[in-house]
Amino acid sequence: MSDTTTPAPVPPKKVNRLGLEMASYRGGKTTLCAGCGHNAISERVIDAFYEMGVDPKRVMKFSGIGCSSKSPAYFLNPSHGFNSVHGRMPSVATGALLANASMLGIGVSGDGDTGAIGIGQFVHLMRRNLPLIYIIEDNGCYGLTKGQFSPTADMGSKAKNGVMNDLPPIDTCALAIELGASFVARSFSGDKKQLLSILKAAIAHRGTCMIDVISPCVTFNDHEGSTKSYAYVKDHDEVLGEVNFVPFFEDISVEYEPGSTTEVKLHDGSHLFLRKIAEDYNPSDKMTALRLLHETARRGEFATGMIYVDPEQDNFVDILNLVEQPLAFLPQERTRPGKQALDELMDALR
Amino acid sequence: MSSTLPGAATEETARVTPVVNDFTIQVATVNGSGSQTANLVLLRSIFQMGVPVSGKNLFPSNIAGLPTWFSIRANHRGYISRKREVDFLVAMNAETAREDVLSLEPGRAVVYDEPLNLKSLRDDLIFYPVPFDKIVAGVCTDAKLRRLVRNMIYDGVLSHLLGVDLAQMEKALFKQLGKKPKAMQLNMGALEAGRKYAEENLTIRHAYKVEPLNKTDGQILIEGNQAAAMGCMFAGVTVVAWYPITPSSSLPEALIGYMRKYRIDKETGKATFAIVQAEDEIAAIGMVVGASWAGARAMTSTSGPGVSLMSEFAGLSYYAEVPAVVFDIQRVGPSTGLPTRTAQGDILSTAVNSHGDTRHVMLLPSSPEECYTMAMDSFDLAERLQTIVYVMSDLDLGMNTWMAHPFTYPDKPFDRGKILDEAKLKELGTWGRYKDVDGDAIPWRSLPGTAAPAFFTRGSGHNDMAQYSERADDYVKNLDRLARKFDTAKTIVPAPVLESDADASVGIIAYGSSHYAVQEGRDQLREEAGLETAYLRLRAYPFGPEVEAFVRRFDRVYVVEQNRDAQMLSLLRLDLDPSLSVRLRSVLHYDGLPIDARSISDSVRAQEQVQ
Repeated sequence: MSDTTTPAPVPPKKVNRLGLEMASYRGGKTTLCAGCGHNAISERVIDAFYEMGVDPKRVMKFSGIGCSSKSPAYFLNPSHGFNSVHGRMPSVATGALLANASMLGIGVSGDGDTGAIGIGQFVHLMRRNLPLIYIIEDNGCYGLTKGQFSPTADMGSKAKNGVMNDLPPIDTCALAIELGASFVARSFSGDKKQLLSILKAAIAHRGTCMIDVISPCVTFNDHEGSTKSYAYVKDHDEVLGEVNFVPFFEDISVEYEPGSTTEVKLHDGSHLFLRKIAEDYNPSDKMTALRLLHETARRGEFATGMIYVDPEQDNFVDILNLVEQPLAFLPQERTRPGKQALDELMDALR
Repeated sequence: MSSTLPGAATEETARVTPVVNDFTIQVATVNGSGSQTANLVLLRSIFQMGVPVSGKNLFPSNIAGLPTWFSIRANHRGYISRKREVDFLVAMNAETAREDVLSLEPGRAVVYDEPLNLKSLRDDLIFYPVPFDKIVAGVCTDAKLRRLVRNMIYDGVLSHLLGVDLAQMEKALFKQLGKKPKAMQLNMGALEAGRKYAEENLTIRHAYKVEPLNKTDGQILIEGNQAAAMGCMFAGVTVVAWYPITPSSSLPEALIGYMRKYRIDKETGKATFAIVQAEDEIAAIGMVVGASWAGARAMTSTSGPGVSLMSEFAGLSYYAEVPAVVFDIQRVGPSTGLPTRTAQGDILSTAVNSHGDTRHVMLLPSSPEECYTMAMDSFDLAERLQTIVYVMSDLDLGMNTWMAHPFTYPDKPFDRGKILDEAKLKELGTWGRYKDVDGDAIPWRSLPGTAAPAFFTRGSGHNDMAQYSERADDYVKNLDRLARKFDTAKTIVPAPVLESDADASVGIIAYGSSHYAVQEGRDQLREEAGLETAYLRLRAYPFGPEVEAFVRRFDRVYVVEQNRDAQMLSLLRLDLDPSLSVRLRSVLHYDGLPIDARSISDSVRAQEQVQ
């Protein structure tokens, strides 16, 4: 894919710790609307995987249906991707990651794909704590079918056709915490720094990383009265704390002063630092996290940042006690028991 | 009709003409009363005496309290399909006793719980009252266990009345309870007490009798779902996702047992498989599609309602060309009512399950042996053809107890299909995920986590190179290739089995669990009506050329199936030369009970206007 006609001399190319250029992490050209928050999220995904030095050949991308679900085509071209069916991406990702648990999974869903048609699978994905980065590109509406409300649309917001949303929204973060996800964060597509930190931490985490990213729909949901408009989010974003992530391969001793930060050590040795703004905020406490979500929601605000994390919680692959080698590539000798096994079974039935 | 059966002889003649190894016992009990052990001991002890048997459990959708019937057919000729007439009734259920007795043909025998006082209902039956409560009180002091042990008493009574060896019953009981010496002792006590009561108090007045035979040597007793589960294990399945539904659940449940025993890595104690009880059937098939896409051998098992829920993913599997194995253990229609009754009612809807133009491969096992072999075939075919493959069993085959030949160990290695590796990539030069390079319309696929190039998987809108496309020509080209791939499937699915007779004047086509009834029905037609038939047993959809050739041979071909709408006949009409349609006729059975031979021979005789 890279341009080989560039004339010499050239400055040394910028590469990551695997020696890969940023180009190895890019995807196809987006077909989403210009200015769509989803594109900014794709950019951050590219940055995060590049900076973390993840081999894109070791990544599997998943999505359901909707504008959001198109975006895996716009990042990580060298990775296999599966644009599955509406609301059912969690099951496809579950099957694929059980078949090959050595891969890193990233799934992109939308607020309709998750909160409406996919709520059942979302619930059980969270319960299982499957190692998967699950991003909701949350704009509170259905873009591809032209602007209908989704279950995360705010009560009282008005669609372009004048229809008022009179049902309360589902808070996917609160739900995820309640259900057992071990990494729950919320961010905003326009907040480059915070979203990048969260994504990098998610790459290091082994468990379900549920990241709700508010991503205003520039076509259907970026008008006055919509709480998911760019302007509204900018004004009402309560940044929970400064999220800083230091991967295990970087020196962590330099820039953090104990006392003003909460430190979370992730399973691979990476560190997640949450610089406290809210008094006593502890991202490892479910009750604190839920209280925060309810209180900010009552004020019409979005708490963004690292809301909840438990790096120790058993994930689905641990629970199933799978062999080291990916199930998909086990040779016949290991998956077809010998003749003695059949003889034994037959004898028991005689 | 009763006149054709020797068992229907009057009490007088019965004494002089014993009916040996040819009768049906029906045990009527209350669901949840623990009669299964007693029934299986009875079945197995006759089997051990060398007499061909089959056992059918007719049970309600209920945990405890509703009536349930277990019927055991013993037949010296080896007929193991259901027989309509009951020859020997064991009436243990007060609720159904009256109706059960009234529905018997004259001359039949009834063992009943004495207080039910059934003797007064009819004077043309042979009654054997047994005071079960009194006998059980003598062998079991624990009142709580009496209800369970009580059933073993009728086994003891029948051992005397039918001449079943008590030693065989003990052996069969040991097979059931071997590891529980206390239960063994208790049940053996009940068995002996029943036998003793019968010997001392009952004079045999009926004709039915078991005598040792040699027709079960080396054979096994097994349920189809167990057999299918074994097939899946030996097929090397690695990912299983399922959602509980009768009559399918016993398949994944059996599989869990086998996998835990034989598929745990000896060195590490870790599993070479993942089995997930999913949140619903949609998630189950989603996991199977995801796992297969990533290169695992993955399967799910369900029944009609689950197949409906899986239909969107079935289409995705077809269009995105992702392997998947789905067992459909068919049952009667939706919701409540008859979910525990058998049918072959999903044939038509499964063949085209999903939206858009779809055609699916279906395998049609008709015996436990084929549940086992076709389970293995299904994975090979799904991976070879890169599409969803259904194995169409049913409740009768899947959940009832069948006599079968021991299974043979597979001699063929797995066929993992066309998986791209570096060598193949070099040979191909340029690779396109959906490019037909071999002329069989099957493309090469690449797997995540390998050195082969990646691609982005989508549903209907892609070109040869797996790039997003909504171009009309790309879509048509792809759809036409998929149709050609279905033609390739015709050449590799299990071929039909032909049982032909040179003198045959009519043809019979059947599939699945109807097979045993068809075999017996053909004998009835030959022996009772002089009608020779040729029989083609379908084993897969799409149909190979043998099917059309068979229909061409006869003016009339009877398609036997267990549904109301002649679903397989409809598929034949769709796929065969249209001029052959007029030759096809139906023999249909759809009352929720397993099909029986008499239903087939009666229908063919009537349509042929023979006698």
